[in-house]
Amino acid sequence: MRRTGTYGIMAEFDSVHTLLDAAKRTREAGYKKIDAYSPFPIEGLAEAIGFHHDEVPLVVLIGGIIGGLTGYLMQYWISVVNYPVNVGGKPYHSWPSFIIVTFEMTILFAGISAVFGMLALNGLPMPYHPVFNSPRFAFASKDRFFLIVFSSDPKYKPSEVRGFLESLRPRSISEVPD
Amino acid sequence: MEDKNTKPHREDVCPSKKGTLDLDAARDRLAETNGPEYWRSLEELAGSPDFQEMLHREFPKGASEWLDSVSRRGFLKLMGASLAMAGMTACTKQPLEPIVPYVKQPEEVVPGRPLFFATAFTLGGYASPVLVESHLYRPTKIEGNDKHPASLGGTDIFSQASILGMYDPDRSQTVTYLGNIRSWGSLVEAMRAPLNIQKSLQGAGIRILTPTLSSPTLADQLQSFLKLYPQAKWHVYEPANRDNVLEGAKLAFGQPVETQYKLENADVILSLDADFLYPGFPGFTRYARDFAKRRNPDGGEMSRLYVVESTPSSTGARADHRLPLRASEMERAVRALPGLEVMNSAAGLNGEQQALLIAAYKDLASHRGTGVIIAGDHQPPAVHALAHALNQDLGNVGRTVFYTDPVNANPVNQTESLKDLVADMRGSKVDMLIIMGGNPAYDAPADLGFADALKSTNIPLRVRLGLYQDETAELCQWHVNEAHYLEAWGDARAYDGTVSIVQPLIAPLYNGKSACELVSMLSGQSDTGGHEIVQAYWKKQHSGADFDTFWRKSLHDGWVEGTTFAPKAPQARAAQAEPASKSNRPPSGRDIGTLLPRVDSKTIEPKAIEINFRRDPSIYDGQFSNNGWLQELPKPMNKLTWDNPVLMGPAMAERLGIKTEDLVELELNGKQVTVPVWIQVGHPDNSVTVFLGYGRRRAGRVGTGAGFDMYPLRTSATPWFTSGLAIRKTGGTYKLASTQGYQTMETPTGTRPLVRTANIEEYRKEPEFAREEEPPKELTLYKPYPYAAEAYAWGMTVDMNACVGCNNCIVACQSENNIPVVGKEQTVLGRHMHWLRVDTYFQGDRANPQAYFQPVPCQQCENAPCEVVCPVGATVHSSEGLNDMVYNRCVGTRYCSDNCPYKVRRFNFLLFQDWETSQYKMMRNPDVSVRSRGVMEKCTYCVQRINQHRIDSEREDSKIEDGALQTACQQSCPADAIVFGNINDPNSRVSKLKARPRNYSLLGDLNTRPRTTYLADIRNPNPELEAAKDAHAERS
Amino acid sequence: MADPVENERAPVIEPGYTLGSVTDKISSIVLTRPTSNAWFVGFGVMFLVTMMLLFAIGYLFLKGIGIWGVTVPIGWGFAIVNFVWWIGIGHAGTLISAILLLLRQSWRNSINRFAEAMTLFAVASAGIFPLIHVGRPWLAYWLFPYPNTMRVWPQFRSPLVWDVFAVSTYATISALFWFIGLIPDLATLRDRSEERWKKIIYGMLAMGWRGSARHWHRYETAYLLLAGLATPLVLSVHTVVSFDFAVGIVPGWHTTIFPPYFVAGAIYSGFAMVLMLAIPIRKIYNLEDFITELHLQNAAKVMLATGLIVAYGYVVEAFMGWYGGNRYDAFLLWNRLHGPYSFFYYMLLICNIVIPQVLWIPKLRSSPVWLFLISFVVLVGMWLERFIIVVVSLHRDFLTSSWGMYYPTRWDWMTYIGTIGLFLSAMFLFVRLLPMISIFEMRTLLPEAEVKE
Repeated sequence: MRRTGTYGIMAEFDSVHTLLDAAKRTREAGYKKIDAYSPFPIEGLAEAIGFHHDEVPLVVLIGGIIGGLTGYLMQYWISVVNYPVNVGGKPYHSWPSFIIVTFEMTILFAGISAVFGMLALNGLPMPYHPVFNSPRFAFASKDRFFLIVFSSDPKYKPSEVRGFLESLRPRSISEVPD
Repeated sequence: MEDKNTKPHREDVCPSKKGTLDLDAARDRLAETNGPEYWRSLEELAGSPDFQEMLHREFPKGASEWLDSVSRRGFLKLMGASLAMAGMTACTKQPLEPIVPYVKQPEEVVPGRPLFFATAFTLGGYASPVLVESHLYRPTKIEGNDKHPASLGGTDIFSQASILGMYDPDRSQTVTYLGNIRSWGSLVEAMRAPLNIQKSLQGAGIRILTPTLSSPTLADQLQSFLKLYPQAKWHVYEPANRDNVLEGAKLAFGQPVETQYKLENADVILSLDADFLYPGFPGFTRYARDFAKRRNPDGGEMSRLYVVESTPSSTGARADHRLPLRASEMERAVRALPGLEVMNSAAGLNGEQQALLIAAYKDLASHRGTGVIIAGDHQPPAVHALAHALNQDLGNVGRTVFYTDPVNANPVNQTESLKDLVADMRGSKVDMLIIMGGNPAYDAPADLGFADALKSTNIPLRVRLGLYQDETAELCQWHVNEAHYLEAWGDARAYDGTVSIVQPLIAPLYNGKSACELVSMLSGQSDTGGHEIVQAYWKKQHSGADFDTFWRKSLHDGWVEGTTFAPKAPQARAAQAEPASKSNRPPSGRDIGTLLPRVDSKTIEPKAIEINFRRDPSIYDGQFSNNGWLQELPKPMNKLTWDNPVLMGPAMAERLGIKTEDLVELELNGKQVTVPVWIQVGHPDNSVTVFLGYGRRRAGRVGTGAGFDMYPLRTSATPWFTSGLAIRKTGGTYKLASTQGYQTMETPTGTRPLVRTANIEEYRKEPEFAREEEPPKELTLYKPYPYAAEAYAWGMTVDMNACVGCNNCIVACQSENNIPVVGKEQTVLGRHMHWLRVDTYFQGDRANPQAYFQPVPCQQCENAPCEVVCPVGATVHSSEGLNDMVYNRCVGTRYCSDNCPYKVRRFNFLLFQDWETSQYKMMRNPDVSVRSRGVMEKCTYCVQRINQHRIDSEREDSKIEDGALQTACQQSCPADAIVFGNINDPNSRVSKLKARPRNYSLLGDLNTRPRTTYLADIRNPNPELEAAKDAHAERS
Repeated sequence: MADPVENERAPVIEPGYTLGSVTDKISSIVLTRPTSNAWFVGFGVMFLVTMMLLFAIGYLFLKGIGIWGVTVPIGWGFAIVNFVWWIGIGHAGTLISAILLLLRQSWRNSINRFAEAMTLFAVASAGIFPLIHVGRPWLAYWLFPYPNTMRVWPQFRSPLVWDVFAVSTYATISALFWFIGLIPDLATLRDRSEERWKKIIYGMLAMGWRGSARHWHRYETAYLLLAGLATPLVLSVHTVVSFDFAVGIVPGWHTTIFPPYFVAGAIYSGFAMVLMLAIPIRKIYNLEDFITELHLQNAAKVMLATGLIVAYGYVVEAFMGWYGGNRYDAFLLWNRLHGPYSFFYYMLLICNIVIPQVLWIPKLRSSPVWLFLISFVVLVGMWLERFIIVVVSLHRDFLTSSWGMYYPTRWDWMTYIGTIGLFLSAMFLFVRLLPMISIFEMRTLLPEAEVKE
């Protein structure tokens, strides 16, 4: 990618709808590397900026399976293989008693992988990010909505992008330094 | 709730000022020292008063100072911490004693393997032959001498617990003069002059007071002493004496005789207030065994037991027919027996009582020669005489009843003997009083005022030989610390006259002296040791050659060949009266009856409240009150520990509006005692029972202050019972520590079949009756563990027909398994630690209920509910079916205890075990780990013994043979009620017993599959009476 | 989501709020609002109570659990009663945030945050007891399966081991759930706070959240999945706790009704605690607009419903005691009704069944004062329920010879009250330092947030 000294150009909107159709039109205009920021999750926004496949469910599934297996096999190995002992005349492999721990382990692993999977895929924690350089960006966590076209976009030409964004009638436009 | 954990205040613990040091005293003390000595500083060494003060504060003697709960346990724990430190050898010139390891190891000693030595424990003059387990010459456990006819392997609670008495750190540890430490030597010096003076007076001023003695050696010594000093007198007194028996014999035969019974030949037994199935009764161990033998419904005829008693006892609990009767009415009741009724009408007895007595008599009459009538020690001479007469009439003498010479070496009327002594003391006829053993200052009859007489200065020299610095020692100038029987040489006679040599198991811990040694010192040989004395005596007795073999054999076997008394046939006085006509005629009831003063029915006024004095079931007459095991031993009929409330029947309590634990004031001829009440079902109406031996002032850290002193109410005229008692409610209450608050199987929603019981007829009709409710073994979803494939599968049966509720198994278990004592307050909370308990249940009419005993150890369930819930696998099953407890894995969730339906698991809620006291370290069984705080513990079928035997048998490449391996409870059981063994072996005793139809598992319906099972309690009531009872039931 | 304002009697959030005003109102409580003296007093007192807890525990470790009232046969006393009680309370949070989320109950948005916090603190309080109630607490870690030189492991047939897994899983998941819920709001606080140090701290915690559409998407997926996982979990936890009893053979424990009836009871007490916290909080921090009558009403309805399930549990227990014909269960019933602890059983019936029935009256359902009182009664009742189950079942079981009584000592009480102190001081800190209402979820409730197709 070309070093332009800028990270991208950011437009600020003050309502959900304006942001949404701005996002749509930007996509239609052929910009690929864009992103939108909002103070709360907005249905369809991700699709609008062209984000489609979400890997979190897969991560959780795998986590859950690993957890379940770990749970059951641990109990089996301990009670049958490693240290078998007659407890109250019960069989070494008392599978009904093993179900609960297995279940809890499944939930634990799945839950943990959900949280940390999500964070990892989001690239968090990331204390510094160029968008924070934009002075008005603080409102992204209150009541403003932002759309950014990254300078890494193949069609990125500062003047064109600025012009295009102007056409979306945003509240303001700012250049985000890299 | 009260916080139970306050500690003594700091300032109490630190003495204000240091004591000054008396070096002479110290040197004196050192002259005494040999072997390990436990004193912690020169002050203590010198026994300076300040130190005593400090000691007293730091480790208070009186329980009263330790009102909070943990502290009773606390000072059990602190017991003898005053001696916790090893000898301060560095500070004094010690003789050169190089320490050398075994170069040549004594051949018999294998470290880790105990040795057993035969000796004898003596109580009330009667010896219980025992074997003492000794680890590297430290006695650790008392067991019965299975070779001895008076024991057959059984023991009793007092001998079992005597081991704790030996290691009791509260025992007096030095000779003292006016409380200051002196040496034995200085006593010898001090005695010389006075004895010389007495020589000239022929000993007119010498008085010797001993408890009942049966020791031939000591008796011989005393006799020869009396030859030296003809004017000297030997008095005998002990509170639980057998004067009535003696006088009864005199009444009947004009001479003292010992009465023995052969209960294995007895078909019908009538007990007249005789508690012959409880420790303390001469020959109890043997009687229990013989009695149990005849109570087996699966073999031979069952004997039948009638008990007429004035206070509920374990004997009464075993009776087929029990008649609660006030003690005073006993004589009249006996006279009402058909055989004697000519002499007196049965006035005053109600129909039911008469019916029972008549039926009993008929039963006895129809079993001539196989019946026994036993009269109790606290019944007046007349009753004994009548019992003798009846036994004569019914031809029992020579078949079930035998007369021999008295075991008591000096069979005098002890009450009279003490009276004379006190008279002499008051009349300043006594210059030198030597009290050997006993504790008369505490337990003499109140009206004699022995203590005051002793206090008074007109006895110049008072010497006391005793185990403790007790109430009597306090009033004597000289106190000689007595050697415990496990530390000293001696001898004694069992109830049948057989002599056992008492051999020491360990050198005297505190350099104590035995009675023999004291007497020989008085006789002028100050330096002869016990060994020489006893041996010398038997040398005289032993006619045959090769004394050495004789001696070794006697020591080894535990008794002396040919000393058993031969039965004799005493002549009735009547017969002696008129020799001309019908000489040699055995005395008949009529003969004796004619000699007896007629009892005037008016003398017994039914209204007057009667009071019974009994020796305590646990601490006897008070001599065991500093013994934690016995203090915490639940008394058979009410499971009380640590206290002696007054017992009264429910009806009476209702009349007086008194509840259990109410404080009442008992007033008897001007003396008052305030004491709590325990409502005892089955107690005769209009009569109460109090137990002696409590309320000691100077017993030691355990006994002092526990319970209430009843001796003040007891007079020489009426030592066992009297009427005219006044009872007043004080309004206060007093917490009693019963280990079984709820003593019935009846619940509001039906009776629980815990003890399964039936009459012999019912049993014969339906032998399987006890088996109900047990689910079939096949009822399981998964493959059961293959126990049958193992070499051993351990199991136990408890025969409730045999069990007489004597508590012996509890003490044996406590001693074998290092079980701690927890103290009264913890017992109140229900935290007692006994691995094995004996549950007592009452059923039916509260005025005269049927009672049952059920010993409950861990049931060793095959489907153990406790194991499944343990999160750390601290309790798991062994391949041989033991429910193992892994102490060091236990984290103490107590889930197992919650889930144990038998509640046999015990938890160390606090640090119950004493980890400091050095004496206890010596006492403990090295094969059993000592549990600490926060750990669950329970019966393990004495797994240490199992392993010991397994190792041995494996070394010999054989199997453990049946009977060789015994658990502690089984070993000690005099009634042979507990049988343990390998249930995989169909021929083992336990397998055979389990095959009996009346074998059942407790709570079998829970499908826990216990390895411990019970043999149902089968009674053998008199069919006539049963019929009458049923008829009566129908009528009402 | 559907407009809640239309189909509910009371609104989820009072009209007239904008994204900005919502944000400011909630964040200001943490950022700008001065800390009142009342807060300091309240916190101080609770802190002292917590110190009492530490003292009681210290003495316990010194002496052993003999200082408590537990004995044989009552091996479990206050410790387990309190454990079950706290765990039960801990159920409301996750239930509200997870299950109601799945059920699309938008009204949850304004109470889930502190309900979750409450869950965490309740679970923390509960977690103390299993650790300290064992005889040798310093070995409590033996309940975890960890490789060790002794080559021994936990015994997986024991419900206590199941507890260890269930409770620790529950604690972990709730904590994560709570924390990721916080991230966007932490970002808000980061951007709103004036002082630099606050910016840094909140910034750290926000982990650089910037509300990117991609992030929001993954975030919502994860949040939803977590809710889906937490739902069976929350049901399983009290089920497992009930197994502690149901697996035992003690009469009064050994019953199959326990799992459902424990879970219902947990939710019952949980909502009671939520109300007891919500009612004062909304007053003090005048959040009546966000925590409206609707929330109180709904909570009340949930309590009413679960209360009836619990009542059903009691009825079944009693019925089986009478109808089952088992001599021990029959006696248990008698003992509850007439035994030495019968007073507590009747109290329990009054607190848990009789009194809560007034919730049928709509007026009371929306009266904060009444709800507060009823919630208190229910919390007492649920505590008594556990007392009856643990103590009354144990003190008279199979062998009449082994029956006993249980009397709690002062140490039992100090420990119990101490955990309440711990719980409340944690709550005090929470309302002061973190947004007690989920700001971003509130935003979604505003008309502005509607996406019109």
